[in-house]
Amino acid sequence: MSMAIIELVLVTIVTASIPLILAGIGELMVEKAGVLNLGVEGMMILGAALGFVTAYLTGSALLGTLAAMLAGMLGAALFGMLTIGLGANQVASGLALTILGLGSANLIGAGYVGQKREAIATLHLPLVSDLPLIGKLIFGQDPFVYFAFGLIAATHWFLHHTRKGLALRAVGENHDSAYALGLKVRRIRFYAVLFGGACAGLAGGYLSLVYTPFWASNMTSGRGWIALALVVFASWKPWRIFAGALLFGGASVLQMHAQAASLGLPGQALTALPYLATIIALVLLSIKDRHAAKAPASLGQPFTGH
Amino acid sequence: MRLEVSERQTHSAMLDILAPLLAVGLAMILGGLMVLALGKSPMQALMVYFIEPLSDPWALQEMAVKASPLVMIAIGLAFCYRANLWNIGAEGQFILGGAMGGWIALLTHGMDAQSPFGTFWILPAMLMTGAIAGALYAMIPALLRVMLGVSEILTSLMLVYIAQLFLDYMVRGPWRDPKGFNFPVTVNFDPAATLPLLMHNGRLHLGVLFALLAALIASLIMHRSLFGFEVRLVGIAPRAARFAGFSEDRLTLIVFAISGALAGLAGISEVAGQIGQLQPVISPGYGFTAIIVAFLGRLSPFGMVLAGLMMALTYVGGEAAQVSMKLPSFLVSAFQGLVLMCVLAADRLIRLRVRLHWGPRP
Repeated sequence: MSMAIIELVLVTIVTASIPLILAGIGELMVEKAGVLNLGVEGMMILGAALGFVTAYLTGSALLGTLAAMLAGMLGAALFGMLTIGLGANQVASGLALTILGLGSANLIGAGYVGQKREAIATLHLPLVSDLPLIGKLIFGQDPFVYFAFGLIAATHWFLHHTRKGLALRAVGENHDSAYALGLKVRRIRFYAVLFGGACAGLAGGYLSLVYTPFWASNMTSGRGWIALALVVFASWKPWRIFAGALLFGGASVLQMHAQAASLGLPGQALTALPYLATIIALVLLSIKDRHAAKAPASLGQPFTGH
Repeated sequence: MRLEVSERQTHSAMLDILAPLLAVGLAMILGGLMVLALGKSPMQALMVYFIEPLSDPWALQEMAVKASPLVMIAIGLAFCYRANLWNIGAEGQFILGGAMGGWIALLTHGMDAQSPFGTFWILPAMLMTGAIAGALYAMIPALLRVMLGVSEILTSLMLVYIAQLFLDYMVRGPWRDPKGFNFPVTVNFDPAATLPLLMHNGRLHLGVLFALLAALIASLIMHRSLFGFEVRLVGIAPRAARFAGFSEDRLTLIVFAISGALAGLAGISEVAGQIGQLQPVISPGYGFTAIIVAFLGRLSPFGMVLAGLMMALTYVGGEAAQVSMKLPSFLVSAFQGLVLMCVLAADRLIRLRVRLHWGPRP
């Protein structure tokens, strides 16, 4: 394989992992606050649809990106009102959000199928972007890539080096104690859920504005669910989200390249690869350290205090 | 001014019954706003979706035919959900049941009724295979949870995608009808491999009876047997269940097997009763809609029959609206999501006391 091909593969692995990193970091924050939001797929596709439609109508990629985040937050707000406001079952509410999100996003995007727009441009720095192998990989990505890496670092810093991050973790570990300490359990959880929505929406926006710069119905194709698995896989640690996303992103890129190289395997088997990889990853992880990987203790429990 | 929300000690039985109805009503209003946003008349949509099918005998039968897979799957899911286990991959178990049961029909295709073995056993074999395939497929997330502590939510869902791709591959490849002009479908099933109709010239097939039977048996098990008590106890008070000596692991495997078997049976009934052959897609998302049916029916078998009919109505009405009003089919899934959200909200609202206080915080 020539250098150019290796570089291309590496660059595509990184871009394929970006939506997973964004949505995964968002859901990690939500789960750290003790809430399980299974609606990632729904918020993601809402972001993809509204992001694309807004960018298409206004011609502005920035407005499209903002719309994508807002769309995700809107879905998250609905979920937050149900689960945090009313104390409804989180699993069922998340599923409802996914079903509603898929339906309404497909409805919104229906008139825009087949419309194309320019993808958001990648960075190009003179000299360094043209370096062999690492040039494109490090200095020639689109703005989302740099944002995603910044987000991982910021999330780690927030959770482990700020008072607010400590409060968020306390709420996730034991909401009754956190409440007794005077923390506003509901408010903190609601903000976390909104943050998760913004991240999932952004991940959807990345898909329809950069990754495949057009709208297609059901275009998230399970990435929201893979992002959920990623959080478990990462044992709720931000930096591990990065490693996991590269792995899952790699599986989907491998699928594309293997299809092109026609290995003799049926296309469906290759398409199934990321889903199969998710199951295998969860299994391997639990065999490796069944006791080390700890979910936040209050995860999924409704808080019914005041 | 502030809002105070507190848990009610008791709530009226009347509200218990009214809540799902109010929820559906609210979802209809919100759905009407969506129709309005699409530039169509909400009143006309209401007629086409929910009123007209009810006055048309053909549409009524269609409703029953579409409700039966929903009810069958939902009844199985209710066992899981009552035990606080989240099988959300019924769609995959449905597809695998349909595929493997249908495989028996393909293997026996062209068999002669006069042959020494006869053909009377084909249909029962198909149904058995479908149910067993669904149950075995559901065992994957159940075993992974029991043995390794892997979340059943994620694994059961990932298996949906894999089942879809498996069926797609088989129908386009090894199972394709060689004389089918390259269409990705199998041969049409023989009469001996097709579920009989309940009435001459009607639409109702035997699968409709299966659904009603499943509801009846489930209702007996849930309320009249020790096992039903065990399921409910594990869901409500897992610690108490452990003290009572009930094994959570054993229960996990059993409820997943029940729910997988019912989903698989629904799958093969759909294939052998409704479609009559295998094709790349055999479900319009029944496995997911059944989750809504389970909650709308409050996990009670009788309630789930009504809820199944209600959700089937959205499919039948949705098809009509697609033709007569040019409303996209996605509206149905958006509406179904709205229904689930409203049901979950209503279920909590009847248990909460919301009071408005004037004046400063204490």
